[in-house]
Amino acid sequence: MQVPASFDYERARSVDEALELLRRHGEEARVVAGGHSLLPMMKLRLAGPEVLIDINDLTELDHIDLVGDELRVGALTRHRALLESESVGRYFPIVHDAERVIADPPVRNRGTIGGSLCQADPSEDLSAVCGALHARAVIRGAEGERVVSMADFHQGPYETAVGVGEMLVEVRIPVLPGAGSAYEKVERKAGDWAVAAAGVALTLREGRIADAGVGLAAVGAGALNLHAVQTLMNGSEPSEALYEEAGRVASANCSPVTDSRGSEDYKRHLAGELTRRALRRAVARAARSTAREA
Amino acid sequence: MRITVNVNGEDRTREVEPRHLLVRFLRDDLELTGTHWGCDTSNCGTCVVLMDGEPVKSCTVLAVMAAGHEIRTVEDLADGERLDPVQQGFIERHGLQCGFCTPGMMLTGRALLDRNPDPSEQEIREAISGQLCRCTGYLNIVRSIQWAARKEAEDARAEAAETAGSQA
Repeated sequence: MQVPASFDYERARSVDEALELLRRHGEEARVVAGGHSLLPMMKLRLAGPEVLIDINDLTELDHIDLVGDELRVGALTRHRALLESESVGRYFPIVHDAERVIADPPVRNRGTIGGSLCQADPSEDLSAVCGALHARAVIRGAEGERVVSMADFHQGPYETAVGVGEMLVEVRIPVLPGAGSAYEKVERKAGDWAVAAAGVALTLREGRIADAGVGLAAVGAGALNLHAVQTLMNGSEPSEALYEEAGRVASANCSPVTDSRGSEDYKRHLAGELTRRALRRAVARAARSTAREA
Repeated sequence: MRITVNVNGEDRTREVEPRHLLVRFLRDDLELTGTHWGCDTSNCGTCVVLMDGEPVKSCTVLAVMAAGHEIRTVEDLADGERLDPVQQGFIERHGLQCGFCTPGMMLTGRALLDRNPDPSEQEIREAISGQLCRCTGYLNIVRSIQWAARKEAEDARAEAAETAGSQA
């Protein structure tokens, strides 16, 4: 039987109380929401917090709201709520593509967007999705709130910009006219971590690609925002030649390692091919949303 | 710490360590051994119970996190001697062989039909996709849940007809 090592448990009744608890317990405290990444790591002794601060009662962090030209998603929003949200599907089909292949329904009933991003696992799907969407993370602490880009949020594997005494409270995703996005994932079996995955978000302006975002999962750190591919795409007209080149650049700009899910070569091949497929679908969707908006 | 969890409609209070898992709380403390315990890594899904009506893997929920919530286990499916239509469906359509995954499968089936009384085959397959069965190949589990959906629809029609008849 796997059981975590002993820890103390506190259940926060407000964000302020959670922040106060985080300040009081410092480095030894961890926030728990769904717990579907943290608890397995605690069972394996890969994580050993002395205090768990349960934020599941903080309903103010469980929301999906369109505010101005951005969608604001509370950190406690469950995977299931994202998958069932009509506005998420309309503005960001990439999120629904990803959510359909994240774990399985009982896990999606518990896991949250905030937990996924704070876990900062390079193989995790929503990190690549939020990277591609140029989402911003709202971090709250004693001094108030600060808003950081996903590129700044992810500081490395399992490391984020959330400091001691702070917590992620919201994710903000820009809603852009003429937008299209898609996520492509290859997994060994349903609900597994990706062998490799690619997310693409973009807009079409007068027939040219703009606001491009490309994020890869499971092919090493630093692939959540592939600047080289984004630069290549911005200002270009969509074409098979462009997709081909984008795939080649994506494949060259990631750092997969051989493991039980596949060889480095295979994952590099997937990074290229999945980038091409996601790009093709994102452009098709952007063309449709441009036609709808016209 | 002292926690109270509403299990199958009854408040159950126990002293537990924060690290105590919900599956152990149900099986060891409350002796509700219908909830099975398998991989311990939230993969196999045999430990699925309903938390506030939705399936969760109880090996990856702390008992303290369930405090103040409603947990429903397989022991609550039957109403006395009367089986839940989902349980009856598993008999009618041979939805189990060894029975290890069955409690979790039936609870997921129950939760699905409560939200969606007429699910498609694809929706049933999606709903049970987080739970492993090594005996049936899933086909008979899908048929069992379909049997329950049909039975509940027939029962509802019969009841409506009876109500209409008594009003006439």
